[in-house]
Amino acid sequence: MIGNTDAVRLLDSKREDSVLVATMNANNVGFGLPSITTKEPLDFPISGAMGKASSVGLGLALAQPNRKIMVLDGDGSLLMNLGTLVTLSNKAPKNMYHFLFDNGVYAVTGGQPVPGAGKVDWEDMAKGAGYAAVFSFDNLEDLTTGIDQVLATQGPVFIHLAITPEVENTPVAFRPRASRSVQTAFRELPVALSSD
Amino acid sequence: MTTQETVLHPAAIIEELKKNEFTHVVWLPDSETNFMYQLLTNEPSLDLVPVCREGETMAIAAGLWVGGKKPVVLIQNTGIFESGDSIRGLGLDVNQPLVMLVGYRGWSRHGITPDSAARFIEHILHAWGISYYLIETDDDAGRITSALEEAERTSKPVAVLVGTEFGA
Repeated sequence: MIGNTDAVRLLDSKREDSVLVATMNANNVGFGLPSITTKEPLDFPISGAMGKASSVGLGLALAQPNRKIMVLDGDGSLLMNLGTLVTLSNKAPKNMYHFLFDNGVYAVTGGQPVPGAGKVDWEDMAKGAGYAAVFSFDNLEDLTTGIDQVLATQGPVFIHLAITPEVENTPVAFRPRASRSVQTAFRELPVALSSD
Repeated sequence: MTTQETVLHPAAIIEELKKNEFTHVVWLPDSETNFMYQLLTNEPSLDLVPVCREGETMAIAAGLWVGGKKPVVLIQNTGIFESGDSIRGLGLDVNQPLVMLVGYRGWSRHGITPDSAARFIEHILHAWGISYYLIETDDDAGRITSALEEAERTSKPVAVLVGTEFGA
């Protein structure tokens, strides 16, 4: 299994001018992208529309074909929007890298298992949907070794990551808030993209 | 056997989309917009983005918009019901100036409206505070421009209800 923070930190270190579209645990204030980012102006946090990070990422990938778009998705999120696998592979953006943070649980609601946890074969699903390439990693060492090959592969690429669950039980009202809100990102990202 | 008079041509809609320099049509086909498909696929200035479920459309449009493009969504009123969380979270909450062309399934024009998709749609749009325009003939196509102007002026989604099935 791969630690959530370790995975996000590694992807951030390889981003160059990529936009990171992150949701749920990958975007957790304490142990996700906001806690380690080195290029916040190109971070695109997505919350408030269940399971739609990959859809936003698809639009961005089509609009910015010369820039890598790295979507950091969750398994519970993707289950809410499974059709996105086909929608995305149908348009086949070569600059799209769809990372699935598969921790098997709804971590932000107390750790309840997602439907099909441990049964769903995400690699087969992505292959069957038509992604150009599919990778899977279950430990940090292999991910560290393999990430350059992943990002050198023409998209759309699906990357399954077996992530150690980090469950939040703090009441939502008492959880720390990210300094960069979804609204801020929508307002500032167009400027960053045009000037970067 | 009944016939339906053709009063709205897809070419009129597409000309309006081209005039306003829309770049992408994010859509899921429906009976009201069925006849647009061939024209859309043959129009090089408009990139079609077909989806599997309508709630994807506002999210994809959001990404396109942030990336500097000008998308329009084309779905049926039933798809608006399905898309509630996307419209709220990635339309209204982030101030996306999005034009949504919405097939007005069940619109009868005479007050007897057995289709609940037609009975509820305007109430839902009112509840969300989303303005809307109605087009039924070629002469109405300019309301797409009005909708775009309002969307950009208010930084909010605006709907255009397509109240008749397109003719060939």
